[in-house]
Amino acid sequence: MVIYMAEQQQIDEVLASDYQAGFVTDIESDSLPPGLSEDTVRDISRIKGEPEFLLEWRLQAYRHWLTLETPEWAHVHYPEIDFQKISYYSAPKAKTDGPKSLDEVDPELLRTYEKLGVPLDERARLAGVAVDAVFDSVSVANTFQDKLAEDGIIFMPFSKAVHEHPELIKKYLGSVVSYKDNFYAALNSAVFSDGSFVYIPKGTRCPMELSTYFRINAANTGQFERTLIIADDDAYVSYLEGCTAPMRDENQLHAAVVELVAHDRAEIKYSTVQNWYPGDKNGVGGIFNFVTKRALCRGVSSKVSWTQVETGSAITWKYPSVILQGDNSVGEFYSVAVTNNMQQADTGTKMIHLGKNTSSTVIAKGISAGRSQNAYRGLIRIGPNAENARNYTECDSLLMGDQCGAHTFPYIEVKNPTAQVEHEASTSKISEDQLFYCKQRGLDTEDAVSMIVNGFCKQVMRQLPMEFAVEAQNLLGLSLEGSVG
Amino acid sequence: MLEIKNLHASIDGKEILRGINLTVNAGEVHAIMGPNGSGKSTLSNIIAGRDGYDITQGEVIYKGDNLLDMPAEVRAQRGVFLAFQYPVEIPGVSNIYLLKAALNAVRKYQGLDDLDAIDFLTLVRSKLELVQMDEQFLHRGVNEGFSGGEKKRNEILQMALLEPSLAILDETDSGLDIDALKVVSEGVNALRSPERSIVMITHYQRLLDYIVPDYVHVLSNGQIVKSGDKELAKELEAKGYSWIHDTAEGQPI
Repeated sequence: MVIYMAEQQQIDEVLASDYQAGFVTDIESDSLPPGLSEDTVRDISRIKGEPEFLLEWRLQAYRHWLTLETPEWAHVHYPEIDFQKISYYSAPKAKTDGPKSLDEVDPELLRTYEKLGVPLDERARLAGVAVDAVFDSVSVANTFQDKLAEDGIIFMPFSKAVHEHPELIKKYLGSVVSYKDNFYAALNSAVFSDGSFVYIPKGTRCPMELSTYFRINAANTGQFERTLIIADDDAYVSYLEGCTAPMRDENQLHAAVVELVAHDRAEIKYSTVQNWYPGDKNGVGGIFNFVTKRALCRGVSSKVSWTQVETGSAITWKYPSVILQGDNSVGEFYSVAVTNNMQQADTGTKMIHLGKNTSSTVIAKGISAGRSQNAYRGLIRIGPNAENARNYTECDSLLMGDQCGAHTFPYIEVKNPTAQVEHEASTSKISEDQLFYCKQRGLDTEDAVSMIVNGFCKQVMRQLPMEFAVEAQNLLGLSLEGSVG
Repeated sequence: MLEIKNLHASIDGKEILRGINLTVNAGEVHAIMGPNGSGKSTLSNIIAGRDGYDITQGEVIYKGDNLLDMPAEVRAQRGVFLAFQYPVEIPGVSNIYLLKAALNAVRKYQGLDDLDAIDFLTLVRSKLELVQMDEQFLHRGVNEGFSGGEKKRNEILQMALLEPSLAILDETDSGLDIDALKVVSEGVNALRSPERSIVMITHYQRLLDYIVPDYVHVLSNGQIVKSGDKELAKELEAKGYSWIHDTAEGQPI
């Protein structure tokens, strides 16, 4: 007991560290007034000058959304969201036409991204990362478009792609996540404002990491972005996604949809470091992160891996999934979900095996501290035609302190007798012995916990591209430093 | 180097140490022997700074400062090293990462810059030879899946790297076969120096054949009941701990 009290005190001290991306950028913006109706949907479409087919699609989505109820099956609790109090569109002034060259981007915005450590200038070239920066509802900067275009690669803000590549948008939008899929996907489909669009042509290996950096700045604004990535036959792309938001007392809604399509032998690696504002330690404020992410392994021997490091958001509700339709296709999900203070996460994946010899791997690491609740929810479905399908799932929870919760909800549905499905799960604590061992070697509590946690997450961290791995490790340290039970 | 004066300590209200007095000068090697439950591990834990003990009386002075006022990591940075009886596994954290973090923590305290990767590797390789460990150990998880002997050698490797002023070896001989005991002992002997003090906690005389101490103390029931030179250990081995109880009962020295 004595041991426990002393350690708990140290943990508490360390856990009191601040959210580092919580500043607000003082910039004028054009916003739609709060409220949601058919007119809102039409306004957004009009502001963006969208073609008729897209407005129609939005309206269908909106009408469908009206018939839906908020999902309540997740292991999270929050007050009812008033969808009429949210503004569905906010853009920094004078940037309504989308990004031009970096010289024309408001210096205040450039400074914002500089502060967040996201390089938008030429230095990005050294890092080998092309960036699309989405600020509230619009893309404000997009680098290396021309360079990538030389290889036939399309990487541009979604709203620009609507105009320049309407045939691709028409063909693929909603092809993986239908607007009928769920409540938040329907909402997103009705009001989405921007996001990134990527197309990698046949036989092309994208020469640099592509990344989108999402920032919610304006108050009372929701961010509803839409990302669509298509890798044609034999193409390869690695895509990174980062997110932050200012510290505000009100909850803000983030309801994104991400769709990935991999054709024959194509491979998409999608990595996320999610650091939305988690709210303060009493659970006031923070982002509601209700996101639908899904990939379709459409072609034979195609492969999609999701890697996510989730440290932010007041509530996380997301299940990046893979539909393994092509024979021999491969789906992977590597996840670290950290919850602290009053954060709640219900996250996991779905692996839907349809094709023959399809295989999937799920490695989910949950870390809970403070009074947070962290749930893994995963579905492995093996369809009747999925001969010789394989799945391996490993689900590990690490608890810090005695007031947090870790939960595991695995669902396994097998309709083909040749399938092999494995599920392993463990729950552990950072032991006092581990902590003392590190301290006796000269490490302070923060460094010791950060090291132990990073060790726990190693299987996931090593899946991240190098540029991101360091950021993710630091973030883990910042969000959690120091916890034992 | 180390001066322990009338140290009393208890855990959960139960008194374990009942007035320990011990002075260790620079360059000396002391052995503390005693039966199970005599307080040997408690003493080493308290010196190293583990939480959970109530110090009810007495003081521990290290290089002129009150050691008990310092957090464990500061003691380590200032040169107090504990070779653990049961080194803990830290899954996923590579040995080399911990070694580097530990060395840099000590160097930072000394006002030195971090060692760069190449210098560090060169240094670690030279220390690996000392304990006859293969370089692959550096890349395995800390103590993860190590045999008992490997864990103990790994402790001595850390000691060799960190070059502490005061090293406490807690039952470093336990669980070692004779070959491993020789390797570990040779490693420790190579680290003996006029600036370094070593306190060996052990149950058996066997270790002292390989690491010959300057002084031997017998700990019983929370007190040092007898002190002497290496001959005392041999006498103990021949006569057993009951001999001490019989002769020392009620008359602590």
